[in-house]
Amino acid sequence: MSAATINEDTIMKHPDTTPATPARPTPFFQTARGQALLESLGAFFKSLLAPMLGLALFVLLWQIVSMKSGSLPGPAQTWESAVALFADPFYDNGPNDKGIGWNILASLYRVGLGFGLAALVGIPLGFMIGRFKFLAGMTSPIISLLRPVSPLAWLPIGLYVFKETEPASLWVIFISSIWPIILNTAAGVGRVPQDYLNVARVLNLSEWKIFTRILFPAVLPHLMTGIRLSMGVAWLVIVAAEMLTGGTGLGFWVWDEWNNLNVEHILIAIFIVGIVGLVLEQALVLLAKRFNYE
Amino acid sequence: MNSYLQIENAKMVFDTKKGKFVALTDVNLNVDQGEFIALIGHSGCGKSTLLNLVAGLNDPSAGVLLLGNREIKGPGPDRGVVFQNHSLLPWLTCFGNIHLAVERVFGDRESAKQLKERTLRALELVHLSHAADKRPGEISGGMKQRVGIARALAMEPKVLLMDEPFGALDALTRAGLQDELMRIVQETRATTLMVTHDVDEAVLLSDRIVMMTNGPAATIGEILEVDLPRPRDRLKLAENPHYHALRGQVLEFLYKKQHKHAA
Repeated sequence: MSAATINEDTIMKHPDTTPATPARPTPFFQTARGQALLESLGAFFKSLLAPMLGLALFVLLWQIVSMKSGSLPGPAQTWESAVALFADPFYDNGPNDKGIGWNILASLYRVGLGFGLAALVGIPLGFMIGRFKFLAGMTSPIISLLRPVSPLAWLPIGLYVFKETEPASLWVIFISSIWPIILNTAAGVGRVPQDYLNVARVLNLSEWKIFTRILFPAVLPHLMTGIRLSMGVAWLVIVAAEMLTGGTGLGFWVWDEWNNLNVEHILIAIFIVGIVGLVLEQALVLLAKRFNYE
Repeated sequence: MNSYLQIENAKMVFDTKKGKFVALTDVNLNVDQGEFIALIGHSGCGKSTLLNLVAGLNDPSAGVLLLGNREIKGPGPDRGVVFQNHSLLPWLTCFGNIHLAVERVFGDRESAKQLKERTLRALELVHLSHAADKRPGEISGGMKQRVGIARALAMEPKVLLMDEPFGALDALTRAGLQDELMRIVQETRATTLMVTHDVDEAVLLSDRIVMMTNGPAATIGEILEVDLPRPRDRLKLAENPHYHALRGQVLEFLYKKQHKHAA
């Protein structure tokens, strides 16, 4: 039997081949996956640090101001009030006394409708103004004239023409938020690089193909910017408009609570308006990212 | 016998704020099918203007341009243009960019499957089948230019028009693409008109070099026949005295004969 033969005897007798006791599993946070998780958690908390500090500072300032003024409610008081308010958000005690949930929804509904109309009219108009110089010349003085008009100045005209508050509010949102959409879309059309238009020319594409394959994708980022700006204006305007028209909605609620001298609720309203506005903006930012081809 | 591409007494005048600018005058050129013509000259000599006339992007102020005995009026897919700036649409994939051209030319005659096959064959021609689903933002400059060439050729144009197609690329990439272009042109027997200001490129690639005088009112100065045998190997040509003689002739035209007119 040669020394190099490997068989059962040689294997069994070699001390190094006796099976060892099963090793203890490595603790999770020492494995590669565990380390990666720790790293990402760490990064997440680091990114939260600055905003959290900012928020804490803001609350501190608020507390100081409220203590100094004596009458302005402080953060703790406001928070308790908010908890009570949101405990029953959808109550309904008649046309002018509804839960906060209903008011928020009413405002969102009006903004959605008014802004939707503005987009429906503004986007095609923007495209045409961008594409046809003559039309741009025609509309330019009108746009320049009407754009700086304060949204609330449009309200009396709306009330006079439509005779009801609901369409008047929609009118105000429409006429205030349409300008960014038109102007940004038109600018986007003007900024389509000549290279792409040359491609359209040498391929002799039909006007429809030029629009769908070249103009629209090229203008889309500008269009999204216009929509974001418009949404911001619309949300701003609705609260102001509702203060004047009454009924339901956040703006009406703010004015109502002022009449009741419920300052805590007014402060809460400020937060709600801000938070909802932020959520709307972020939703559009996400949408815009989806269409970004860079 | 009529030539494939005929340019007769072409003249191009532009209206500018400072008055009329005569870019080209008295341009006469006959190109046979399958020929590779290089247009070379100093900047501002109207070579791109001439190419644009053949492409139909401008109408001549005087004279006429004929392709296959038909007057050239406006751009069209029978003249495939490759821009210096590749001009690929960034929101479409490489496949999509070529498919746009293919669909335009063959869409009303062929099925979707056939159009897809044409597009894939064009990508295969420039050795970019693996990049079919990539966007222009994800590929290199040389690859983008190859897609541009594939797009132009996929339309099976009568004439391939190239306006300094490799000008924006580094020397090594340019050399690689020049070799590929020679291979493609040999395979497809495309009639080609290429604007360049690279003398080596002109001598290497073309059958005839059209040397333009300086602008304004530029015209064709001399036409040089490049009778080097094909296929051409750049390394072997570097030791070919005839290649150097031709090179010298082009350089002499550009730098000695036109020198006194250079602005």
